[in-house]
Formats: sequence, C-alpha cells, structure tokens
Amino acid sequence: MTAFTFHGQSFTALPTGALHWPAQDALLVADLHLGKSERMARRGGALLPPYETQATLARLANDLHSTRAQRLIALGDTFDDDAAATALPQEASATLNQIAAQHETVWITGNHDPQASGLPDLTLSGLTLRHIAAQGPDISGHYHPKITLAGRRLPAFLVGADHLILPAYGAYTGGLDATNPALTALVPKGHAITTGTRTRMVPLASSCPKYAGGHARHARRGQRPPQI
Amino acid sequence: MTQPLPAPLANWFTAQGWQPHRHQLDMLRAPGHALLIAPTGGGKTLAGFLPTLADACTGAMGPGMHTLYVSPLKALTHDIARNLSRPVADLGLDLRIEDRTGDTSATRRARQRVDPPHVLLTTPESLALMLSYPEAPRIFAGLKRVVIDEIHALADSKRGDQLALGLARLMNLAPGLRMAGLSATVENPEALAQFMGGADVVLADPGPPPDIAMLPTTATPPWSGAGGAYAARDVLAAIRKARLTLVFINTRAQAELFFQALWAVNDENLPIGLHHGSLSRDARHKVEAAMAQGTLRAVVATGSLDLGLDWGDVDLVIQIGAPKNIKRMVQRIGRANHRFDTPSRARIVPANRFEVLECIAALQAVQAGELDGDGLPPVGGLDVLCQHILTLACAGPFDADALFHEIRRAGPYAGLSRAQFDDCLDFVATGGYALRAYDRWQRLMQRNGQWQLRDPRAARDIRMNIGTIVAPELLSVRRGPRGGAPLGEIEESFAASLSPGDTFLIGGQTVRYDRLRDMVVEVTPQPTREPKIAVFNGLKMATSTELSARVLDLIGDKATWAALPDHTAEWLALQAEVATLPTPGTMTCESFLRGGRWYFALYSFAGRNANQTLGLLLTHRMEQAKLAPLGFVATDYALLVWSLDPVRDPAPLLDPDGLRDGMETWLAENAVMKRTFRAVATISGLLQRNLPGQRKSGKQATFSSDILYDTLRKFDPDHLLLRITKQESMRGLADFGRIEEMLRARPHIVHSLPPHVTPFAAPLMLEAGRIPIRGAGSERLLDEEATRMMAEAGLQLDEGRAKTSA
Repeated sequence: MTAFTFHGQSFTALPTGALHWPAQDALLVADLHLGKSERMARRGGALLPPYETQATLARLANDLHSTRAQRLIALGDTFDDDAAATALPQEASATLNQIAAQHETVWITGNHDPQASGLPDLTLSGLTLRHIAAQGPDISGHYHPKITLAGRRLPAFLVGADHLILPAYGAYTGGLDATNPALTALVPKGHAITTGTRTRMVPLASSCPKYAGGHARHARRGQRPPQI
Repeated sequence: MTQPLPAPLANWFTAQGWQPHRHQLDMLRAPGHALLIAPTGGGKTLAGFLPTLADACTGAMGPGMHTLYVSPLKALTHDIARNLSRPVADLGLDLRIEDRTGDTSATRRARQRVDPPHVLLTTPESLALMLSYPEAPRIFAGLKRVVIDEIHALADSKRGDQLALGLARLMNLAPGLRMAGLSATVENPEALAQFMGGADVVLADPGPPPDIAMLPTTATPPWSGAGGAYAARDVLAAIRKARLTLVFINTRAQAELFFQALWAVNDENLPIGLHHGSLSRDARHKVEAAMAQGTLRAVVATGSLDLGLDWGDVDLVIQIGAPKNIKRMVQRIGRANHRFDTPSRARIVPANRFEVLECIAALQAVQAGELDGDGLPPVGGLDVLCQHILTLACAGPFDADALFHEIRRAGPYAGLSRAQFDDCLDFVATGGYALRAYDRWQRLMQRNGQWQLRDPRAARDIRMNIGTIVAPELLSVRRGPRGGAPLGEIEESFAASLSPGDTFLIGGQTVRYDRLRDMVVEVTPQPTREPKIAVFNGLKMATSTELSARVLDLIGDKATWAALPDHTAEWLALQAEVATLPTPGTMTCESFLRGGRWYFALYSFAGRNANQTLGLLLTHRMEQAKLAPLGFVATDYALLVWSLDPVRDPAPLLDPDGLRDGMETWLAENAVMKRTFRAVATISGLLQRNLPGQRKSGKQATFSSDILYDTLRKFDPDHLLLRITKQESMRGLADFGRIEEMLRARPHIVHSLPPHVTPFAAPLMLEAGRIPIRGAGSERLLDEEATRMMAEAGLQLDEGRAKTSA
C-alpha cells in the first residue's frame, strides 16, 4: 500500500489496483471489464475459462472488507460491453448484488458500457470522478496504464499535477505504457505507483530525464491506446 | 503359409546380378507381422515391399489399395516411389504407386479417396487425416500390407503414438492385414515389436564395423557455439578427396550458416548443395535429383536427409557438432558407402571444446559397440489419444466399448485403463469441467448409444488440427521500431524470456531487446555491450546419459588427456588451475560473481533432463534460503543458477533428504510446465492452430495458453490436460527418485570460489534456453530499481509514504 496526496486529499493505492479515499469513506476502482471472456468467446475470439469475472469480484469484495469503505465508486467500463452486463453468470451477479446491498455504490459509465445505468461523472471535494481524463483535477481510468520496472511490465497508478489515473482492476485487460503520447500528454510529470504483490512508487520518466534504464523508454510511434 | 520367391522376381534379382539377402526372404516368408532390424544398405525397403511385388507377380493383387507405406519423412516417400518404379517397370507389373503427403495437391488427394492406388506412400499425419474421412472403411477394406519404414525414428514419440493408433484402426478395417516394420540397428528390438502390437523379429547380419574418427582441423574450436564454421576449410579439403560427401549438422539454422561458410572458401566451385526441411519442396527435390544423378560433390543437410535415403555413391559422412546420442550417429554414418559389405566412413567435427570431449567419448562408445537405451514410456500420450478420438468421430459414429478395445491393440496403449480412456472421451465430448460453459467445447454427443460429432461442420476444424508436431513459433528480429532491417529469427519461447534492455547475439552482432510487436522482435544494435544472453539455434538436443558419463570419465582421468587435441587439454588444465576439475563420484561446483549477479555452476554430468530437474529443485531450496534465485539454465553436463546472493555452502542445497518438500507448487508455477501445457493443449485440440485466415501470433498463443493454464489450475486443478502436462513435464525431467539417488551416491561435494568466470562456466553463460524464476529475487529487483529511481530523482520514500501535491 502506498499513501499519497493529490490536490490536498489523502489516498492509499492498494496492490490490487483499487484506490482508497478515507475522507470520502470510498473505494475507487476502474475498468473491471466484467464478462470479458464471455464477450471474447461470443465474438469468436479466444476461449478463456469464464472464471475471471468471479475472481475480479472476489478481489473487490476483499478490498472493500479490508478498507472497511462504505462507498464503492466504479470509474466506468465496469462491464466489458452492454450485453455482458445483462448476461453475467449467476454466481457473479449474486456476488455483485451482495456488494451493492452492503455498500453505497456509484457506477460511472464508460465507453464499453454506455447503456449501463450510471452517471457520466461526479464531483467530490473539488475532484471530478469520470471515465476518461478531461478538465482536471480529476480521477479517471480508461487507459489501463502500465510501466516497465526492472524488466517487468506492471499495471500502475499515474499521479500527475492535474490527473490521477487508475490501472485496470479487471483481468485479461492489457494496457498502455505510461510513455505513450496519449498518457504523457495527460501526466507529463509525476509518479507512478506500480501494483502486483505490493505497491512501489517510482518517478515518471520525464521527471527523471537522466535515468537511462528501466521504464524510461521513450515514446514510440505506432503504439495505440487500448480499444476505445 | 510360406511364400517362395515367384519366378519372375527371382529372375529379376538374377538379372541385376543380386542375390536376395536371407533377411529379405525371411520377411517374405513371415506368416504374421514382422519387424526387420538391419543396418543401412541392407536392402530394408525392398525387403518390406517383396511380399507386395510377389503378389503383383502372381496376380494376387485384387482391386483397390493393397499396400500402405508409412514413413516419418515426406522426402522418403518421394524417394521410395522412384526406387520402386524400376522393378515395377522391369517386371512389366500393373502396379499403381502414388505418394500422399502434405505436399500432395488437393485434387490428387481427392481422387485418391475415390480411386486409391495399389500402393500408397504416406506419413503418419496424412494417414490420420485419411482415417478421418467417412470413406476410410471403403478405402482400406482390401488392404493386405502395411510397411512402416524407419520405425525406430517414430516409436518413442507422439508421432509414433498417433501412428500406432492409426494402425489399430487399420487392423479393424482390414482384419487380414500384415505389417512389416523396418528399423535401423537398435538396442532393444523387442520394444519396437511391442510398439507394433507384437511382431516376429528378423535380424539381418550387422555388416562390418564402421570407420569413424575425428576430422583433424587446423583451427582451434571456439569455447561455445555449434556452427562449426571454424572448420570450413578442413571440411572442404575432405570433400575434395571424396567422391560424394554428406555433411550433417544438427539444426536448420546451422546448416544455412555452415553452407555459407563452405561456399566462402570454395575457391574451386565444387558443386555443393543444401537440404533441410525449411526449404521449399522444389528446392529439396532439385537437390535430391542432383544427388541421384551424381552431379553433386557434397550436400549439407539436417535430419530431413537423415533417415534412410540410400542413393548410391556417398562415400563419406561428415558430422558437424557432436552427435547428441550414439544411436543417432551410428544411423547417420550408415549413409556412407551403401554397400552392405564395405565399412562406412565418417568423420566428426566438434563445434566447441565441450564437444571435443563429447566426440571422443562417442567414438569410444561406438568402438565398444554400445548403443543408447530405448526407454519407452508405459502408456502413449493421452493428448494424442484425445486427438485420435476426435479424428475418428469425423469419420462417423462410434461405440465407446468397441473403440476402447481397438485402442488397446495399439502397442503404446496396451496398458491403457478404462478410466483413462473415459477421461479422454469426456474431455473430447465436453471440454471438461472448467470449460463446460462453452457450447464450442461440447463437441461430441451420444445418439442411440453411439458417439458422434454434435456439429458435423466441426470436422473441418478438427482435420486442420491433426498432427502432433507443435513447432516452435519463430519471430523475426528487426532493427528499430518500424520495419528496420531483418536480422534473423528466434524462437518465441526465447523471445518470451527476454526483458526490455536484455542484450543478445544474433547474426554475429549484439543487440538490445526493445519490444515485441506483432510477430516482430524489435532490437537496437549495441556493439559496445557484452551480450547477456546468446542465441545460437532453436532446437536443442539432449545428449544421452551414457555419453555424458563417458565425458566425465575422460575429464577425470588425466592419463587419457594425451589423446585430446592440445587446445582441449590446455582448456582442462586451465580449469583445474582456476577452480576444480569434476571427477566421477563427486559433485563439483563453483560460485563466482559477475556483473552484479552470483552464479552457481554445478558439474553433474548427469544429462540435460537431470540437470533441468536439479535446477528446479535447487532454485526452490535457494528461494527458501532467501538467496533470491533469478533463473537457471541446464545443459547435458552442468547446471548454472544465478541469484542475488551467493551460494556459500552447497551442502544443504544438495541434501537428498526432504528434497521434494513443497515442490508441487514450485513446479506448477514454473515456465517449464507452461511450455509443456501449450503443446498438450494444441495436440488435444483445446488450442486451435492453422485456422484458415486467422493465424494467431506466437505471442497470442502463449498468452492464451498461459492464462488457460493458470485458470485451469485455479478452478479445475484435476483437469485432464493438467494431469497430462504434469506427466509430460516429468518425462522431460528426471525422476525425483533418480536425483535423490544420485545425490546420495555422490556425497562428496567439492566447492570452489574462483575470483571470476571459469573456463568451464564460460560456455554455460552463453547457453540459450534460460528459465526465469519469479520469486523473491525478482521482487527484490523491483524494490532496488524503484528505490534507485526515486533516489536519482532526488526523492525519498518516507516509510512507503511519499507526497505528491499539485
């Protein structure tokens, strides 16, 4: 866990990719992409065992329990598509219903689930919560940011002057390098907090221009943001 | 029923000035299935076809297919067609002979299904495909003979399992069928007879002993590498002196490189050709034809020419690189001087210094008449069985009980239990528990007690997936981010082990790995940096344990060094000076520091499988001892582990007691297991390949097979494919019991702490096939890197609490 402040508010980044905001008694997560394997199979892609939705929700329930947060705020792309939202496996929707029954939940809509019932954005303590970063200061998801550390590519929070961007919380989600122009435009300077077995804070490449190794790989042409 | 040689055939022999060999007549007279063991040049193929020719002479052919010939190589079917056409033409026989392989055109294959030739020459994969057609019972109903060529090359493999299953089906379709197996000299003919489901063994006279030696070279072999280019001039000189030379080399990439090296010094423009499996069909045929016509002086070849191509005038075989096992070498040198009664002449060119030792050891073994053992696994591959069941379902509905009995007639599956069979049937029918949710895996259904395809259209996909060779995906290596100059190809599994920033050697230059995109590995040349990892070739063959033991004996016995070339003796002396020379009965090891990593090299000389297993066991113990192991690589002779902290006392690591504790989980999470799973999942039909129009990239294939593996482990740990994966991995590893035994038998541990890399360790540092360990070590690397970056940015972590403010 790594604690940090952003626009005067204290946050804790969890190794799972969730963000705890004690002042609001809230747990923030982005890009759960529930139903991903089901959608891939439906579209004739790879057939992955359909357990990741259940695994993601179990992780979420666990984070809610350990932080004792009363509110759950999902920053969009909760479902991999609108069809997935209505076709969740029985166990998964039971878990989801249970979470919703025990917590105050706020669903913000994303580009994958535009029809889902939810808000386009929400402003708390002067910070806007939305799916895709826009006018800051805001907290968002969408890009699935990743950075490379000691040769490994890890999902990471990006913390800049105007934007706080969360990694994807779901499984099978892929990601975009923090050095990608789409992300350096939003967070040119600041920190990344990597997730995994534990969190680790590192400066972002452009904050540390002399550093030649690790994640300081420069922006390359041709890399595209994840499927929009 | 004994069959005499029909008069026209006997006359033909006389007209050639030939006398039929005793074993050829024995094969003709064999009442049931027969297995012929004969050295190359012993007229094996003719022996296999004599009964067919005899039937043709006496008019006992009947309509339809009479003889099916199966060989492991496409090239062989082509050659046999040509060789058979001569007696057939001379005798004026009405015998239609055709081949059918992956190279055969679709129209021709379709015609063969409607109107099969008398003699069909094919491969195990093409046979499986034919058995998947509803017409199979009609095509094979009148089949009298099956000739299985080079059966020794097939038996102990998944291709062999597939062939055996196909043969069991043929016996069912054509009950009067008789099989003839043809094999080169092997240690244990009974095992091959068992593979055929039982056969009479016919042994031919083994012929005179071969003349094999090392080719003296003017240049010193390098410390590592397998290309042999240093010896090009010496090889060329030997080619000049011979009539026709076959130059064998272990892999395709090496063949290409060596061919270039030869031509670079070929001042006289001697006609030298190249032959390997990656060349186009036309190119291969051109070389084969030129060889048959005698217009070539030498051919550089890999295994594609290895098996039984016995045209004429080869009088010298040169083997570049150590022949990884003795049996293979004896079979290879059989190529030279194809007359049964003259000795074969062969010369070996070791590619590096370890191989010098290996070659000398191999020569001693040949002189001692020692062949490697033929260990056959107790039951054939269950993944192959899954594929076979699907294949048969394509041909039509089947009864489970009848199929079970049919399969038990296949040699490798004689010990198959009903429970194992039912497991495979269940997986094929439903995908197993973990995948039950998908309609696409509900492939078979039962109707009126018979199993059949739920959706007959699925047959097309199933047929596309037939085969048991899961070739490694190759990725091309290019300079720079956008379509830069191509530098060569590396195996996908090697690419997967690279991290950005790693440097490796390719095409003679050092490059830095940047990223993988689509099927392209993007790199930046980095001439000043030493390569961390070197790539030489894809395929890696294991030396037999017998050979490794002989190498150790050589090193340990200083009296024998006089027989070694000077450079090799010096190399050994240097090792003795800097560290310790391994001796039989001990475990010799050393620890040294290089580039911020501690290396632990253990010279067990126990063979690659045993060393790979030791690598898994030792890294597990090192992880527990908090030495932070990062990875290891195993060769036939040694194991090299690298870690953040040094091994100072190897004794507890090598203690045989409690070696297996906690191994289950450690093993399951290792990269070795995941690689095996990918092959198993492909063969059993869980992962699709060759789907028309949607070729998956290697990265995607690995991506989804790794995810599948992890998910199955979590949610369906008893899934059939996981059980098969475990069995298979254990087959590629040595039995834990054997390792414990070895450690107990060698309690004397010799450990040295040299100040730098030792002469023996240097080749290991360049070895490909590294296996990463994802444990505490890699977490520590992340911590160190994060801390260093924060420090460089002038920031400090205050007990994991840092401030970022706007």
